[in-house]
Amino acid sequence: MALAPLLLAQPPGGRGGPPPNPKAAAPIDLTGYWVSIVTEDWRYRMVTPAPGDYQSVPMTMAAIKIADAWDPAKDEAAGDQCKSYGAPAVLRVPEHLHITWQDDQTLRLETDAGKQTRLFHFGDWKNPDPGPTLQGDSLAQWEIQRAGPRPVNGSLKVTTSHLKAGYLRKNGVPYSENAGLVEYYDLVKERSGDVLLVVTVVVTDPQYLREPFIISSHFKKQAGDTGWNPTACSARW
Amino acid sequence: MLVCVSFPALAEIDLSGSWTSKNHEDNLERGAGPNPDDWAGLPFNESGRAKALSFSQSIISMPERICWFQTQWHVAAGPFSLKIWSESDPLTGKIVAWVLGGWETRAPMTIWMDGRPHPSKNAPHDQTGFTTGEWNGDVLTAYTTHLKTGYIRRNGAPSSDEATITTTFMRHGDMMTLALVMEDPVYLTEPYILTRSYISTATPVAVAGPPCIVGFEGVEEGRVPHYLPGKNPFVDEMDKIYHIPREASLGGAETMYPAFRDKMKDKFVIPPKCTRNCGVAPGAGN
Repeated sequence: MALAPLLLAQPPGGRGGPPPNPKAAAPIDLTGYWVSIVTEDWRYRMVTPAPGDYQSVPMTMAAIKIADAWDPAKDEAAGDQCKSYGAPAVLRVPEHLHITWQDDQTLRLETDAGKQTRLFHFGDWKNPDPGPTLQGDSLAQWEIQRAGPRPVNGSLKVTTSHLKAGYLRKNGVPYSENAGLVEYYDLVKERSGDVLLVVTVVVTDPQYLREPFIISSHFKKQAGDTGWNPTACSARW
Repeated sequence: MLVCVSFPALAEIDLSGSWTSKNHEDNLERGAGPNPDDWAGLPFNESGRAKALSFSQSIISMPERICWFQTQWHVAAGPFSLKIWSESDPLTGKIVAWVLGGWETRAPMTIWMDGRPHPSKNAPHDQTGFTTGEWNGDVLTAYTTHLKTGYIRRNGAPSSDEATITTTFMRHGDMMTLALVMEDPVYLTEPYILTRSYISTATPVAVAGPPCIVGFEGVEEGRVPHYLPGKNPFVDEMDKIYHIPREASLGGAETMYPAFRDKMKDKFVIPPKCTRNCGVAPGAGN
């Protein structure tokens, strides 16, 4: 049988009471420290790829023209060292994540690499001063899977808009301010007991992508902040 | 008035249909094939590394290996789309198995859902293995054992007959992500994890390729192409092309983690402009 998951920005209440807030209703616990496991696209993530190496990305000709002109010195001079740390790319950076609840309605994701902060807003949140910004405006929904009335699993869907233009890869593969981002955050428990965070990322950009760019990245849960090492953005490394 | 409402004991979701593989990561490795001696990000132990270094690509041109199947790990290592269907008990209609159709280089994966146990550890192994599954909400987790030796990268990185694969199916509407975790006490020090994404498509995915016919590919019968220890000519190939040092390309668990970048940072120089395998598709314009 197929059961569609319930999409809940604000979970329903039970028996007439007020609905539980998103923090209380979370079907999975994303909080804590996580470390990237870089087993995919290694040479595009762990080191800076060669100019012109665009393997795997469905770029338009306009995007190739932009990327072919990539000049990290120019980005540094313009104070744009963080262009490859924007929301569509930041989870591809080798890094540690620290995820916490900022309040009952807002999940906060911080990275040590590039010292970025993303806020995932539940409910009907609207930014009074919408961007564009590097991390954009992110709306969050729980996808709660139920067996009858009982939640048994779930995932987090995050939709991000109002993005400032940036790079999907360090070597200048661009996304534009027209880009959209949808992400799904899932937990996977390994047989060893380790817990993985798997984030599936869908980037759309009518200007620079021929089709949605879909990748998934994985992180391992850590017991504490081991390895947490905040470092500034770099345009070259 | 009494109203009876029945709920399923466990949430489940329909996975059946054709799924297009989105090769937006590891495109070269999954398609044309990885560079020789590129094992960065692989949690090798010394045995795994030594066996990989002995690998010559010509080995797959041996007559007895030309039609050799890959193991189920090829779901992650290969480029192909998926066709998934269920097999039901004709009397109860209950699903007893999910099946991932095979390719010309991989046998179908049957995921038994009826609670049957895995065979004895002494039962025969093959490239197909034996797989059981269970639901956790809308997430299906499959566990594969009884595999023969195989490759986890198509450049000689080996897996043993003690390897197991855990495959997690996560569907989000028309999109599905698979997380594959290989554990191998013989060649790996940590689980090796890959995640892959697919899009539902109305275009049927073929579940078998053309028949494989053995022909002469330059390796005469009886010869086993290989490299002796210290004689692998490609050991610095990744350094030459991508400026990735040997200590990284030869793999090991530490190469999977961000801290490994600190070892390369001071020595690394951005390589010159890409001239081959650069990934720009012809006619990429709008």
